Amino acid sequence: MATTCWGLPEALCAFPAIDTTTMREMRRTIDTGFRGLVREWSDVIDAATAPLQSFLNVLEHSFVDAPWVVVLLVLLAVVWAASRSWKTVLGAALAMFAIGWVGLWEDTMVTLAMVTVCTVFAVALGLPVGIFAARSDRVQSIVNPVLDVMQTMPSFVYLIPVVVIFGIGKVPGMIAVVIYAVPPMIRLTSLGIRLVDREVTEAADAFGSSARQKLWNVQLPLALPTIMTGVNQTIMMSLAMVVVASMVGVGGLGRNVLQAINNQFFTIGFLNGFALVAIAIIFDRTSQAFGKRLQKHREAGHE
Amino acid sequence: MNEVASTMQHVSTNIDPDIDPDREGIEIRDLYKIFGPDAKRHIAAVKAGMGKDELNSKYSHVLGLQNINLSMPGGKITVIMGLSGSGKSTLIRHINGLIEPTVGEVIYDGDDVCKMSPIELRSFRRLKTAMVFQRFALLPHRTVLENTRYGLDIQGIAHSKSEPMAQHWIERVGLKGYERHYPAQLSGGMQQRVGLARALANDADILLMDEAFSALDPLIRMDMQAILLELQEELHKTIVFITHDLDEALRLGDKIAILRDGALEQVGTGQDIVLGPANEYIASFVRDVNRGRVVQAATIARPREEGEELPSLSVPGQMVLEKVARKMTKADTTVAHVVGRKGKSLGIVDLSTLLGSLVTPATAED
Ligand SMILES: Nc1ncnc2c1ncn2[C@@H]1O[C@H](COP(=O)(O)OP(=O)(O)OP(=O)(O)O)[C@@H](O)[C@H]1O
Ligand SMILES: [Mg+2]
Repeated sequence: MATTCWGLPEALCAFPAIDTTTMREMRRTIDTGFRGLVREWSDVIDAATAPLQSFLNVLEHSFVDAPWVVVLLVLLAVVWAASRSWKTVLGAALAMFAIGWVGLWEDTMVTLAMVTVCTVFAVALGLPVGIFAARSDRVQSIVNPVLDVMQTMPSFVYLIPVVVIFGIGKVPGMIAVVIYAVPPMIRLTSLGIRLVDREVTEAADAFGSSARQKLWNVQLPLALPTIMTGVNQTIMMSLAMVVVASMVGVGGLGRNVLQAINNQFFTIGFLNGFALVAIAIIFDRTSQAFGKRLQKHREAGHE
Repeated sequence: MNEVASTMQHVSTNIDPDIDPDREGIEIRDLYKIFGPDAKRHIAAVKAGMGKDELNSKYSHVLGLQNINLSMPGGKITVIMGLSGSGKSTLIRHINGLIEPTVGEVIYDGDDVCKMSPIELRSFRRLKTAMVFQRFALLPHRTVLENTRYGLDIQGIAHSKSEPMAQHWIERVGLKGYERHYPAQLSGGMQQRVGLARALANDADILLMDEAFSALDPLIRMDMQAILLELQEELHKTIVFITHDLDEALRLGDKIAILRDGALEQVGTGQDIVLGPANEYIASFVRDVNRGRVVQAATIARPREEGEELPSLSVPGQMVLEKVARKMTKADTTVAHVVGRKGKSLGIVDLSTLLGSLVTPATAED
């Protein structure tokens, strides 16, 4: 033994860890304590997550149960409304046809529903927090380090507390996704508002705007391009996390990918991966085109 | 030369007879502004004579304004002039409460703007003041029409009422036909016309203009000055105009205040300042100015000698020398009768005195 230890004393060789019995005791105490706490609060937690659950169910059903033509037309209409580009619409149509062709329509709908809900929640949560952070340096100085930690944490790690508190299922998955996807929304909202031309906000003040008028007439519209970048990133991160969240019971394409990995199903893995990439590109193109279109009036030259 | 100087002494500022009874003036009293976390503590030191540099190096506070006492007559254009960093923007922002003074008062219509509650201040800004900005500060996502009615939107006036008002002012500043354009589609001069229309649409008594024309090229700038003067002729607003350009100050200002390092160096009419600079600093400022556009006929008029014939050409007392000379040339004469406000005779101007007064003292010495 001493030879493998280069002649060093034992303590410097094998890391002096807590011995296994103590560790087991500690684990047991913490785990039971925590579980007890969660069980005690389970009514509250259930009550809080119930509306989310039903909301998610309704949306998922409407996506999955509606005839595919209807869903496709609605989807393409949304893409057109946001991007006003036939190229993007055509690309989206082709991608969706290909997905349906290889039999992934239903799973794709599940994922789509999940991403939609998560994005809506993340934006609804991130926007006000971002606005607060923009208004007050104090709030910003609290929010910033939290966001830093959140953004450096590997996505898997988010699943641990969520699973412990909320268990396994769609809602815990959704909560993990929203938490994972919200930081860029907060950051870019705050940044966008802080970058608004000082003279323009001063003009708003000089004409006697209230804080609310200033926010709606000046700060949000002028910050919109940056905020849209935040929305775009949030969508992308939701999509990425929805795949990871399949580990805690979220269905859809992510689960197929997970199964494919576990069982080394090359074709299934490839097709599902392709479907995810296709959705990602559609989302990205559409939201970016929308952001650009919002800035059209900033370009010089007569129309 | 001496003659000119001595006549100048008894023709003092002619602001007073013109004061508009309908408009309140703005009164700034004992105003000090120090930037920094502990501003109030250093007031005593500044009052005792500590300068900007010393305050900055010793306590790292910035002296923005010191000992400002200035009255801005109602219905007139007061120009605040000074070099970059002299505190012009800081001063004008005290008038609508965008900046609070460290000590001092800004009185308008009997109220101290600095003591207003946030709500009072908001309604003061909505109803009594309007502002034009150096870089226009238009909303890029709103059309010309929507930008112009901005102040009215803030007041909660319905579009059906505010749009005709906005339309009126758009036409007055010469932008008819551009209502649906976005600011980015307009040239700088046109954008500032929108800025002006937006301010005028508010129908406020006070118009604050912070280097409003400084970002425009010279020809456009002259245009804008002409538009402003033309509008002022009928509107008689209380205008505070900031510039670092002496020619602009002389052209627009009924009253001119010169700032340096946060302190007022001299206050008076353009003529007062050009003919009687208070110190070397101002003298160097005004040395190269075109006096023909500043000095008025009344200033150099001499008493009519006994038996002297009354000239056939008569000019008003406030006419500037350049225009008097032009009239003389046109009428092919070398003397003119200077007539005051109520037809009172102020004396005689002849061409040689006139020419003499156009030459600056500096050049006269060489
Ligand atoms: N918020 C602030 N904090 C600290 N110092 C300030 C602040 N605002 C202005 N100052 C200082 O006050 C002085 C006057 O500034 P001000 O902007 O009023 O100058 P100005 O005459 O308008 O100059 P310019 O022609 O460059 O616009 C400057 O020295 C400036 O650095
Ligand atoms: Mg300035």
